[in-house]
Amino acid sequence: MTEKIMEGSIAVAHAVARCSPDVVAAFPITPSTHIPQELSRIQPEYGFEFVPVEAEFSAISAVFGASAAGGRAFTATSSQGLLLMHEVLFAASGTRLPMVMVVANRAISAPLSIWNDWQDSISQRDAGWIQLYCKNSQETVDATIQAFKITEEARIPVMVCFDGFYLTHEISPIDVPEKKEIDAYAPKGKRDSLDVGDPKSFGCYATPAYYQDMKKEQDDALFASAGIIEKHAGKFAEKFGRPQFAFIEEYKNDKDAAIISMGSLAEEAELVADEGLAGVVRVKCFRPFPRDALKKALQGKKRVVILEKDVSFGLGGALATEVKSLLFEAGLAPEVTSIICGLGGKDVSVKNIKEALQEKGSAWM
Amino acid sequence: MQNYVKPKCTNKTGSWRSQKPVVNKEKCIGCGTCERSCPDMAVKVVDGKAVVDYDYCKGCGICANECPVKCIQMKPEKE
Amino acid sequence: MTELFLKGHRACAGCGSVLALRYVLEALGKDVIVVNATGCMEIISSQYPESNWGVPYVHCLFENTASVATGVSRALKHLDKEGTVVVIGGDGASYDIGFGAVSGAMERNEDILYVCYDNEAYANTGLQRSGATPFGSATTTTPSEMGGKGEWKKNLTFIAAAHAVPYAAAASVAFLPDLQAKLKKAKQKKGFRLVNVHAPCTVGWKINPVKAVEVARKAVECGLWNLFEIDDGKFKLSRPVGEAPVAEYLKMQGRFKHLTPKQVETIEEHARSVKPELEKLEKANVNFQRFL
Repeated sequence: MTEKIMEGSIAVAHAVARCSPDVVAAFPITPSTHIPQELSRIQPEYGFEFVPVEAEFSAISAVFGASAAGGRAFTATSSQGLLLMHEVLFAASGTRLPMVMVVANRAISAPLSIWNDWQDSISQRDAGWIQLYCKNSQETVDATIQAFKITEEARIPVMVCFDGFYLTHEISPIDVPEKKEIDAYAPKGKRDSLDVGDPKSFGCYATPAYYQDMKKEQDDALFASAGIIEKHAGKFAEKFGRPQFAFIEEYKNDKDAAIISMGSLAEEAELVADEGLAGVVRVKCFRPFPRDALKKALQGKKRVVILEKDVSFGLGGALATEVKSLLFEAGLAPEVTSIICGLGGKDVSVKNIKEALQEKGSAWM
Repeated sequence: MQNYVKPKCTNKTGSWRSQKPVVNKEKCIGCGTCERSCPDMAVKVVDGKAVVDYDYCKGCGICANECPVKCIQMKPEKE
Repeated sequence: MTELFLKGHRACAGCGSVLALRYVLEALGKDVIVVNATGCMEIISSQYPESNWGVPYVHCLFENTASVATGVSRALKHLDKEGTVVVIGGDGASYDIGFGAVSGAMERNEDILYVCYDNEAYANTGLQRSGATPFGSATTTTPSEMGGKGEWKKNLTFIAAAHAVPYAAAASVAFLPDLQAKLKKAKQKKGFRLVNVHAPCTVGWKINPVKAVEVARKAVECGLWNLFEIDDGKFKLSRPVGEAPVAEYLKMQGRFKHLTPKQVETIEEHARSVKPELEKLEKANVNFQRFL
């Protein structure tokens, strides 16, 4: 393990290049831009096909095509770019094609904002992708490498999310494993693809006699991917000597109260936990939603405070909604507070998080 | 479930027809214009004469219209 | 042929587009990988759990086919796999909703053979107006009550040429040797190639299916659809521009039934004015690849 001081985006780009992709297609959008820029710079060294397309819609479409042709394919985006990809996300998961996308989380227009929140990827939660939310750049690097293994085994696309600017532009010590180590961890396998020697049709349409069964199978596969996610996190930890959190991370979760959050916000909440005010339960894997792990982590809690940077307009926070549903299902009845915060880059300080612990019901801060 | 299917088609389209092409074999010169102009690949020249595959022919009549010696006649299906 | 595209597809009787498709596969042979846009040719051929495609085939969406093909082409190159990447898209996918992706792929000169079957309307959704619908044509969104479409169709082949692609050609299902020669020539080239095929839609054009190929032939003979190629930037007519009266062509089709004599005259004037312009273009030996 060799840590180097580097920017989060640059580290992710190098991790991707060392995963030996066949095709990388991307369109620039802040704050994800440094990832494709760096990939284009190091392309001659690694030799993958780099396609600087004319829109994000084309980026994900080219990734779809590359995957159908049997290639390992990658893209990165943020915000409006992810929304522009929306239609293709469903086509990709429905066609059961492996692919990896890193999302540098950013707010959605209007009003226009380039700053961080999770509204972009949270609003894609029903697109049938695996969604991983990382707390720092090291975890993003690790998750991206695992994502190629996960997607190829589960045949479900994987979205690795990390916070725009807070992580994409943060400079910190990061270990990006060497290519030969990644080759050994994530070798490319054979799979069915477009091949003139063995003609197959991908992307057929379905009549009502088949459609729902195919969707059920897709849903079953997304649930079942939990086992694959866990397996590859374990193998990664073993090979690279860094502990991995497949679904959730519990931090000092031995208090009556727990803060539930994701991404770098959860890491910040650890500072509050250090003061003994509450434990922290960080949701890393948002899809498939880690019901079993969360049920266990929330047993006996008297109070749960959910902090999140997204909103399902007219309802509340998306994470809080999922947690409430899970608590009901598990027969647990702690007092629940739902906090929507940090939208469009609004600062969330340790002081704010402490205040959140005093809130009742739901609040924006 | 696989995410692809192999080439296969059991669908037959002959039942769509309201008119059927009937080839006058005496007049047919076997030039293959009918075969080339059939959107359903349902006409073939066999031993120098046009033969219609009625399992698939939808009865569009392009073959009859394009035939240079007018040896194909469209007749009501019921006949 | 049968092994490239299987019998039993669900296209309408007399469909000009599926005829074009048949010719395309026949000319290109089996070492192709087809990327198909949502549309008529997709829904008639790929109903799960069967497929009429005897060649590798992928369908994604309506408007991203050129981009999907980009990814297929790049992956084949990197994986050192064989196959000419062939897009099959209608005028809706190519002229309109997917045009941004088409333009991007042209500008990057992706190694794709793009075949557009131009049936001059959004046929699959029930025959609405498209950017390829000709002036005067009634569609379900430019009905005869409003006099049909009020604008001329765009010329996708020239738009391709303006991207300085290696090959762009206009062809017709009614001129089979010309169509297949263009496809074969295109297949030999590298980079982005467009073959834009005029293909009648019996339902949309309101024609007797028997006359499908004949109508397509008349379109060329009256100069409303012209056969040409722009090969490495050089414009060449594939046959002399047709001079037959347009009325004959228009009269065969229900979509033009409502036209006033004035409208017919406008179309006639338009067709007659095209000929000298195209001839000038050919004679001037203009190099489209030097426009950039």
